[in-house]
Amino acid sequence: MNSKFPLFPEAASSFAHHVDTLYFFLIALSVFFSVLIFGLVLFFAFRYKRKPNAEDPKPMLGDLRLELTWSIIPLLITMVIFVWGGLLYYHQLTPPANAQEIFGIGKQWMWKFYHPEGRNEINELHVPVGRPTKVILTSEDVLHDLFIPAFRTKMDVLPGRYTQIWFTPTKTGTYHLFCAEYCGTKHADMKGTVTVMSPLEYQGWLNGELGQDRMDKTGKELFKQFACQTCHQDQSLSRGPSLTGVYDSMVLLNNGKTVKADADYLRESILKPKAKIVQGYDAIMPTYKGQISEEQLIQIIEYIKSLKEPQKEVN
Amino acid sequence: MTRLQRKHYINNGYGALSWFLTLDHKRIALLYLITATLFFALGGAFAIAIRLELLTPAGDMVQSETYNKMFTMHGIIMVFFFLIPAIPAVLGNFLLPIMIGARDMAFPKLNLASWYIYMLGGLFTFVAMALGGVDTGWTFYTPYSSTYANSQVIITALGVFITGFSSILTGLNFLVTIHTMRAPGMSWFRLPLFVWAHYAASLIMVLGTPVVSITIILVALERLFHLGIFDPALGGDPILFQHLFWFYSHPAVYIMILPAMGVMSELIATFSRKRIFGYSFVASSSLAIAVLGFLVWGHHMFVSGQSMYAGLVFSILSFLVAIPSAIKVFNWLATLFRGSISLQTPMIYAFGFIGLFTIGGLTGLFLACLAVDVHVHDTYFIVAHFHYIMVGGVIMAYLGGIHYWWPKITGRMYPEWWGKFSAVVIFIGFNLTFLPQFVVGYLGMPRRYHFYPEEFQILNVLSTAGASILGIGYMIPLFYLVWSLRYGKVAGPNPWNAKGLEWTIPSPPPTENFDGTPEVTEEAYNYGTNHA
Ligand code: HEC
Ligand SMILES: [Cu+2]
Ligand SMILES: [Cu+2]
Repeated sequence: MNSKFPLFPEAASSFAHHVDTLYFFLIALSVFFSVLIFGLVLFFAFRYKRKPNAEDPKPMLGDLRLELTWSIIPLLITMVIFVWGGLLYYHQLTPPANAQEIFGIGKQWMWKFYHPEGRNEINELHVPVGRPTKVILTSEDVLHDLFIPAFRTKMDVLPGRYTQIWFTPTKTGTYHLFCAEYCGTKHADMKGTVTVMSPLEYQGWLNGELGQDRMDKTGKELFKQFACQTCHQDQSLSRGPSLTGVYDSMVLLNNGKTVKADADYLRESILKPKAKIVQGYDAIMPTYKGQISEEQLIQIIEYIKSLKEPQKEVN
Repeated sequence: MTRLQRKHYINNGYGALSWFLTLDHKRIALLYLITATLFFALGGAFAIAIRLELLTPAGDMVQSETYNKMFTMHGIIMVFFFLIPAIPAVLGNFLLPIMIGARDMAFPKLNLASWYIYMLGGLFTFVAMALGGVDTGWTFYTPYSSTYANSQVIITALGVFITGFSSILTGLNFLVTIHTMRAPGMSWFRLPLFVWAHYAASLIMVLGTPVVSITIILVALERLFHLGIFDPALGGDPILFQHLFWFYSHPAVYIMILPAMGVMSELIATFSRKRIFGYSFVASSSLAIAVLGFLVWGHHMFVSGQSMYAGLVFSILSFLVAIPSAIKVFNWLATLFRGSISLQTPMIYAFGFIGLFTIGGLTGLFLACLAVDVHVHDTYFIVAHFHYIMVGGVIMAYLGGIHYWWPKITGRMYPEWWGKFSAVVIFIGFNLTFLPQFVVGYLGMPRRYHFYPEEFQILNVLSTAGASILGIGYMIPLFYLVWSLRYGKVAGPNPWNAKGLEWTIPSPPPTENFDGTPEVTEEAYNYGTNHA
């Protein structure tokens, strides 16, 4: 955002340069073929310009070898682009296991971000440089899309489920953050800034607001408030499964399948408990749809994530 | 002023009813020509208003709500009421029966009905506009359209739904006509490539349009009765909408571009006086595009939250569909090689098509390429790309075709100098409008933004400057073509000395096209065979 009239976006994430390299390759390819094709058109137009009273040229019906050549060469080139783009896409969509998680909620027309340490922000996102960061996203109303051009990534934000975006910022500074999916009247206003800070500054920033509880702490209170612990306890008589260590584990269902207990699974378990039933348990869990807000939900999930050691004193 | 003598389809009957109740495919084509031009003017007016608003970074000309309605109407009118019908319903209607040696379409009444249905759909759209307009974007994404938008979604949706039937019936009519009405000797591989292209496009119209019609009705149902189809709050799935919508709307691009490619083949052959090189490859690539075109819709959804593996599959299929288009371009090039090329207006437009379509096609590779699409999706890069194909490609071919067949349609020539001049103005204006949008898109400017950060301004100003040139470029032909109706040189049956059945009959053609049934004894584009 420094230059007044830039022609190329800043590159501030670990894969920004990879995307740019591919982009430049495609530009080179496009320029080559445009010049080739248009050059030939113009060359032929002058070289074979019709002379007055000229006879019609001899017909040329076709040539299989030529047809094959100009089918196979583009095919090979496009397959190279496909593989290259596909590998990088895989990288763009697959956060590393050690990524730090932040939650983001989009709604008409603002972004809210929640840091596990308890700090929240609106239309701004603070992240530390050099650390892989994953933002788990959902919407309270229509589709939105979190787009950070300097990081060369974006992801749609949907109501009713989680999507995620990740990046490793490589350069401190402030960058644009846009909503890229049309979401109604003030779509163009649904923008903000991403501030990349040094880890030390970030730590300071996280602690900057006093009196904020960590998300898992708030989540623990909600867990009690909604009386989840009446069924979910770390003891064998519990009516529901223990939630300790469930996050990111593989859960065996009563239909014999296993699913990974990611944020989306936890979300579904709470809002639509009948959708997947854990093996060995009855479908007695009530739905909390309409009772728990998106914000409370991510706090409860953050609490469940924090349950790594068996809890002794849930009550 | 010289006069056209004798009786032809235009002076065969006067008065409004002779037009509004006509069953003559040529007159119906003219009805479409006039109405589609009006829609184009209206859609263009919205485009100009949009570009004016974007001249400055602040949203200072209209309110956001109005801006959103403007780009929505621009999209709906241009896509459903101009680009989709333009070439098939105007040039296709006029020429297809003549090119295959038929008296008319297989179902003349259905043909007229298509036009009325199209007009009815247009009427709904106008009513929606009069009642305040619609602000969902032409893509109607849910749950915004089905639950949240406070605008005339249902009436507009009905308009699009109704117009869809016009497209379906036109496609059906073309298919049956091509199958059953070919003159003796007109075998499949003697068909002009224009006919092949329309055949392929008709397949898409008939198979794809019902899907978008149903989808749009589902949106209306969810809106009216809160059936949970697309809105997660009601138990629906918003991505399902996108699948259904793009299942039609990607192939819809080929409904537009295939007929344009058909026009291109005719222009290239006539103005280089050669049979199209690799005729059967050009013909079958149209069919390949029609089939593959149905398998790539998911490339609009790489960051929609669909699975990554779906993304990979749709990406590779999207690259595959680029190949048949490349085959066509290379075959046209080979046709020019050692041709006898004359650069009259239609050929200038054809060259314009090759230039713009090449850029549009190559930038399509950026979007099929997953990693780059993640960055440029829903930015101005996409806006620029699809305008290169749909406006650069389709309208260049459309105007090229209008100029080429103008003497056949009206019996008179357009003024050549003005024709070339407008083609050049349009080419320059177009590039100035849309090249900067690639740059601003990669910079990160999202589409459908009423206002934007200051550093994007210069590129937007360039784009608006280009749009005004482009607007003037599109207006010039309007004037001189109307002028030529009275003052143009009388053309005679075959001013280009071209091959093809349409050039064997008088201009303008008589109502029944041919005296008796023509017998076809030679291949299409049978130029230069006196050597042998
Ligand atoms: C009436 C008892 C009951 C209550 C109250 C209850 N649950 Fe459950 N829960 C269950 C049972 C039984 C299961 C396992 C069967 C199933 O999958 O539905 C379960 C499953 C789960 C799972 C999936 C666990 C796994 O191992 O895959 C999660 C997560 C969960 N509950 C969270 C919650 C939260 C959060 C609350 C409070 C808002 C809550 N539950 C309240 C009974 C309950
Ligand atoms: Cu938005
Ligand atoms: Cu598409």
